[in-house]
Amino acid sequence: MIEAQGLTKRYADKLAVDDLSFTVRPGRVTGFLGPNGAGKSTTMRMILGLDRPTAGSVTVNGKPFAGLFSPMREVGALLDAKAVHGGRSAYRHLLCLAQSNGIPRKRVDEVIGIVGLEDVAGKRSKGFSLGMSQRLGMAAALLGDPDVLMFDEPVNGLDPEGIRWIRLLMRSLAAEGRTVFVSSHLMSEMEHTADHLIVIGRGRLIADCPMAEFIAGAGAEAAMVKTPDAQRLADVVSAAGGTLERDSGGELTVRGLPAERVADLALAHGIALHYLAPARVSLEEAFMELTADSIEYQAKTKG
Amino acid sequence: MTTTTVPADRARTRAVPPAPRRPGLPGALRSELTKIGSVRFTYWTLLALVVASIGWAVLDCAGTVAHGAGPYFNAAQASLAGQVAIGDLIISVLGALVITSEYSTGMIRTSLAVMPRRGVLYAAKAMVFAAVTLTISLITSFTDLFVGQAILASKHLNTTLAQPGVLRAVLLSAAIVTVFGLFAYGTGALIRHTAGAITAMLGVILVLPLLAQTLPTSWYETIQRWLPTLVPWKRSTPGCAVIRG
Repeated sequence: MIEAQGLTKRYADKLAVDDLSFTVRPGRVTGFLGPNGAGKSTTMRMILGLDRPTAGSVTVNGKPFAGLFSPMREVGALLDAKAVHGGRSAYRHLLCLAQSNGIPRKRVDEVIGIVGLEDVAGKRSKGFSLGMSQRLGMAAALLGDPDVLMFDEPVNGLDPEGIRWIRLLMRSLAAEGRTVFVSSHLMSEMEHTADHLIVIGRGRLIADCPMAEFIAGAGAEAAMVKTPDAQRLADVVSAAGGTLERDSGGELTVRGLPAERVADLALAHGIALHYLAPARVSLEEAFMELTADSIEYQAKTKG
Repeated sequence: MTTTTVPADRARTRAVPPAPRRPGLPGALRSELTKIGSVRFTYWTLLALVVASIGWAVLDCAGTVAHGAGPYFNAAQASLAGQVAIGDLIISVLGALVITSEYSTGMIRTSLAVMPRRGVLYAAKAMVFAAVTLTISLITSFTDLFVGQAILASKHLNTTLAQPGVLRAVLLSAAIVTVFGLFAYGTGALIRHTAGAITAMLGVILVLPLLAQTLPTSWYETIQRWLPTLVPWKRSTPGCAVIRG
């Protein structure tokens, strides 16, 4: 459980995090979304006590991070996969972290096995690819078998197989009842991983809701249809409160009604449908819609 | 105060035994020992210390045997000068690196995330560094003495540990190297930048004593007592006893 209350961080003249309050609960993967520069990493650094909030507070399991009894047993974090001494072997890196919290040596071997770094454990991490470094960071986070796990952009630099692996790992960690808090600017990644979303833009909270609700709330439901009788369908749909749109390619989309309702309406009015499919508003679209105003470094296109 | 809910995972089997006590200095010391022993620069700088220290003892004593002892010849000094003069420069590099390398690599963020009590982390690092440095520099200073005196013995210029002040000179030439190393460690902890910390140390060790000589004599005599310096045996101040056998 991570609880932030009125969390604020100001750097010189820039408000990085602005009065952020949220709760990250156990037993599910909570996605932390926002465009680059939205304040995600700053927030995570404050959770770990690496940055001091200008105002407000954040607690982990009810305590500020520095007050935790045994930090590694309570919070495992991967904030920056390159925050290791490259001259040290993966094994020794994990060992020195384990020793600092009195974690037995055999756990080091276990986590190396979990992340699949057995073959390179004795090698200096300087030569690791970003994907291997991410795995090493995951191993470090898992060392203390903590209740709370925090990952900042964990899929960066991973190949598709690695991305799948991390996704499954996060889901299984949540299924074990842990609090999993993962940031990303890759909305498509969150769509497959997170149960709950906390969305921020320019340091402010934009949304804190279940994934499904976020998608539903951003754009109304829609359905793709093909019919020889588009005009009648349009009338029926608009009578039911939706709209039928025809895009430039001639594709028909019903907006404002779910696919099931469209099917029922078509049947009731004897309209032939050659194709009907629910058109899910992707997290990507929902996200863009919500954060359109808060993207800090928007590309300026000159017309 | 927010409600503290019992985490839903109490049924989960724990892969790690619970902490018997709050992680503190003992764990941090073990951790720092692993750290200092698992990077190459530790071995390179300590090897450099051994080579420079013993190498100079051999050179100095062999030169004395070949060319005869001068009016200011001091047998213990001939053995230990290299350790004190070069050793503290070399150890300053290691002292600075053990802390600045954490900043330059970003490791410090990981270290602080597992040990949020910065004071414990810094203290453990300093203690481990001092222990390693003192151990190695004691070995080299005793080796310097024995090797140097063995060479001088051929012209019967040698002294022994039993002579007054010799044991003290040997022990202090190990201690002075360790103290300089700790000084560099402190500089590194403040500056957090390898090149900056080492340059600052060179300035303090090499430049400051020279610069101080330009001050009015009475000031210099006061100041030089407190300046870290490479030539403590040439002074008629309490520091001179450090190396004079």
